Amino acid sequence: MRFLLVEDNAELARSVCDLLGLDGHGVDWAANLADAADCLAVASYDLILLDIMLPDGDGRRFLNDRRRGGDETPVIVMTARSAVSDRVTVLDSGADDYITKPFDLTELEARVRAVLRRRGGAAQTVRRYGDLSFNPLTATVTIGAEARDLRNRELRLFEILLAAPDRIFSKDQLCDRLFSYAETVSDNAIEVYVGRLRKKLSGSQVRIETVRGLGYRLTTP
Amino acid sequence: MKHDIAGVFGASLRRKMVLQLLVVAACLAVLLYFTIRSTADQAAEATQDAILGAATTSIAEQLRGTEDGVEIDLAYATFSMLGAIGQDRLFYRIDISGETVTGYDDLPLPDDPPTSLAASFYTRDYLDAELRIAAVARSMVVAGRSVPVLVLVGQTRMGQAVIADRLANRAALLGLGFFVLAVPLSLLSAGSVFNPINRLAEAVGRRGPRDLRPVRHPAPRELAPLIGALNGFVARLRGALAQTETFIAEAAHHIRTPLSTVRTQAEIALRQSESEETRTRLRAIIRAVEESARSASQLLDHAMVLYRSDQLEAEDVDLVELARHVARAFGPTAELKELSLHLQGDDAPLMTRGDRLLIESALRNLVDNAIKYSPPESEVVIALSQAAGMAVVEVRDQGRGLSGATMPQLAARFSRGGNVADVVGSGLGLTIVTEVAAALGGAFRLTPRDGGGTCASLSLPQR
Amino acid sequence: MRQLVIATALILGLAQAALGFEIEDERRFGPETAPEFSVLSTTDTAIFAPIIQAFLADRPGIALRYVVASSQEVFRAIREEQAPFDLVISSAMDLQMKLANDGFAGPFTLEFATSVPEWAHWRDRLFGFALEPVVLLASRKAMAGLEMPRTRRDLIDLLRANPERFNGRIATYDPHVSGAGYLFATQDARQTDAFWRLAEVMGRLNARLYCCSGEMINDLEAGKIALAYNVVGSYAATRLPQAPDIEMIELEDFTVALLRTGFVPRNAKSAALGAELLNFMLSPEGQAVGGGVVPPLDQAALRPHLRPIRLDPGLLVYLDRIKRMNFLGEWDAAMTQP
Repeated sequence: MRFLLVEDNAELARSVCDLLGLDGHGVDWAANLADAADCLAVASYDLILLDIMLPDGDGRRFLNDRRRGGDETPVIVMTARSAVSDRVTVLDSGADDYITKPFDLTELEARVRAVLRRRGGAAQTVRRYGDLSFNPLTATVTIGAEARDLRNRELRLFEILLAAPDRIFSKDQLCDRLFSYAETVSDNAIEVYVGRLRKKLSGSQVRIETVRGLGYRLTTP
Repeated sequence: MKHDIAGVFGASLRRKMVLQLLVVAACLAVLLYFTIRSTADQAAEATQDAILGAATTSIAEQLRGTEDGVEIDLAYATFSMLGAIGQDRLFYRIDISGETVTGYDDLPLPDDPPTSLAASFYTRDYLDAELRIAAVARSMVVAGRSVPVLVLVGQTRMGQAVIADRLANRAALLGLGFFVLAVPLSLLSAGSVFNPINRLAEAVGRRGPRDLRPVRHPAPRELAPLIGALNGFVARLRGALAQTETFIAEAAHHIRTPLSTVRTQAEIALRQSESEETRTRLRAIIRAVEESARSASQLLDHAMVLYRSDQLEAEDVDLVELARHVARAFGPTAELKELSLHLQGDDAPLMTRGDRLLIESALRNLVDNAIKYSPPESEVVIALSQAAGMAVVEVRDQGRGLSGATMPQLAARFSRGGNVADVVGSGLGLTIVTEVAAALGGAFRLTPRDGGGTCASLSLPQR
Repeated sequence: MRQLVIATALILGLAQAALGFEIEDERRFGPETAPEFSVLSTTDTAIFAPIIQAFLADRPGIALRYVVASSQEVFRAIREEQAPFDLVISSAMDLQMKLANDGFAGPFTLEFATSVPEWAHWRDRLFGFALEPVVLLASRKAMAGLEMPRTRRDLIDLLRANPERFNGRIATYDPHVSGAGYLFATQDARQTDAFWRLAEVMGRLNARLYCCSGEMINDLEAGKIALAYNVVGSYAATRLPQAPDIEMIELEDFTVALLRTGFVPRNAKSAALGAELLNFMLSPEGQAVGGGVVPPLDQAALRPHLRPIRLDPGLLVYLDRIKRMNFLGEWDAAMTQP
């Protein structure tokens, strides 16, 4: 997916870009509203991540203006404010959702997914692998004619594995991606979710292989 | 924030003014009394003198000289009349050629003998009383010779004293009446002078806590400096309040943005690092950042709650709508844990009155808590109901419960339950909820649920 | 009789031996040893006794000395002798008025504020307690065949028409001698000019002049006279039951009414008791007791022809020596017809 990140703090912007890039997303960065307007003029984005306190103005007003100009690009506002009033005005000004800094990437992804799902999603989101097709927005795996719904963690686990087929992910790596750092996760938690995902994929050529002592990988014959 | 106004301010201006008006009224009443009294005294004396003089002259005129002496005919009616006013004592003396021919021969003579029929008056002590005496002189021809005749009529003035006393009493009553009348009039006029001030005070007092517009209430010119000063103060207050709110927002921004950077960088490093040791450290960093962010967030929330409780802005709030908002905001977070977050009793509006931000802040903290302490794939319910005139919001989870901690302990600042060491939190969440409940006249309770989990119940006065 | 009383007084060696005025009677009421207070009065003891007895009945510890003298003597006793009495009662209103005017009366607090009309008291000094009409008495026998006169005009006509029947048989006070007679005569003269015509007619008929009402009534009863003009009504009233021949007539053109007055002298020794007795006489109770012998002062009972003599300084006028001289001169002229 292609994101436009509007954030005046360069350090934060760079790390967010890097992090999203790691997950295979394309991110353009605008340091202020003027740059953001320029970017939007020349490219189209699946989603805009918008800070509201920017050196050349208030993100909410910018958003409001764009909405009135007919721009329907989904927007998630990144706010440093906690007061609910800000969140309400953020939504009133046309944002699809907001996320409070500092944010968990998994939470951001979840919100992005929720927004896109609500908006009907981008056309090219369905991925094919082996004999199955996967729609992350609807969280469905289609094997042959049968569509199976994935639960949230199954979905995210599948996404992680599908991002790099045949690559071996350690349990630790999967844990870090699957659970919040605030949570304590038992050792067999990953095994539980891998087991569930395998069940959802049963009947397909696509398999999750256990590489003893190393971790798991997604394979297809 | 009530102050003892009487203690703060000095003597009442209104009382001072009423007092001054009353003093003026009292002076006027006394003046009125003495004026009426002395005028009445003079009038009574003049009247009595006129009667006495006329009687004396009449007696003198009835004297007739004859060939062999003087014919004196005192008129019964004249004497009768002289006694009529105050039943005064009466004395008379008729001298012819310096010799008393009839009457009281020791009745005192005037210092300056009168020269005509016009009576002259003087006051003398005679016997045991003070007399007002009228003297009239004339001459008569007796046996062909002109002889001088002097007629004196003396009268006590007890009747006049009675009249004067009566008039004095009336005058005193009049003065008193005037004064008594002056009391309500003074109060009234003081009222009319101070009414604009009271109306101005009412107009300012009626304003909501957030209404910091300049005062434009019509007021007398004399109050212009006061209104000017008030508006200046309001402007400064508005500035200060705006700064407070801006400060809280700015503080949040300045704390969170660098935290976000650290967290994101740590996450990137975690993704890229293969060293187990480094990864453990990075996880610890991320956890610490998370904890700082939460604490900062709750501290700022708490500051906002304290600041807004001081100047409650009451508006009608639909708890159902508010709960939907909160549920939607927490939806993705719950989803991440595969928690089911849903509403109950949300088919009709549930109205309360209070500060919308405070209520939302409390509700958010409750839901945040519930999600935080719930095991994956469990259920969090926001239940809305009403009981005994209160609107009740319950947030029920299937988490680890309270494990015996008491409400006051949990609600105390920075205190957390004994079984939460592994979960990020500052301990301020429940404090915020408790304070919001207190500020809005409601109540907050935490109760363990049958079969595990906690029910957090916030009740607010129903509208 | 008068001399007899004086002699008795002298013999008894009583305090009033020092008195320089002539008294007619003296009597002590009440217990022998009780402290006494004294009343100087013109009213006969017999007439006044019921009031005194009623008064003392409620006050067992008090005695009262009642001294009777003529009105002139009463006046002289108070004015010249400063005799120490606690209450002075007299029917000579003019003299009483003069005593009060000249300061011999002390203040008196009336306990029955409404019972004395305005014209019947002078300030807080002199109070009238009985109102007595001054009447004409006629012997029915002597008047046989004639109509009783109803007015002074009737009387004048009657006398003029029957000189033979009334010659030497008409009586009235001698104003030279009697203070009351002088007062009645002057009041009559004030009221009507007919008085002088009447005086002339009486003079022509050789009217007999008396010092006192009692003697006139005696002579009327005895048939010595036919008519007695200006007799104090109460005196006649006490005698009428025993004298069926006498008819009492209140003349309808006007009938002078005399006030019996009392005051507490300024030099009274027991002023409080004097005031108490005067108050008693003015009280409803005292008025009721006196009612039998002394006509009460009842304003409501005033008949239209009654002319009460008002207590006011006008009374002083006829006491003026020149005025008196002139009046008596005129009276004498009327009485002595050529």
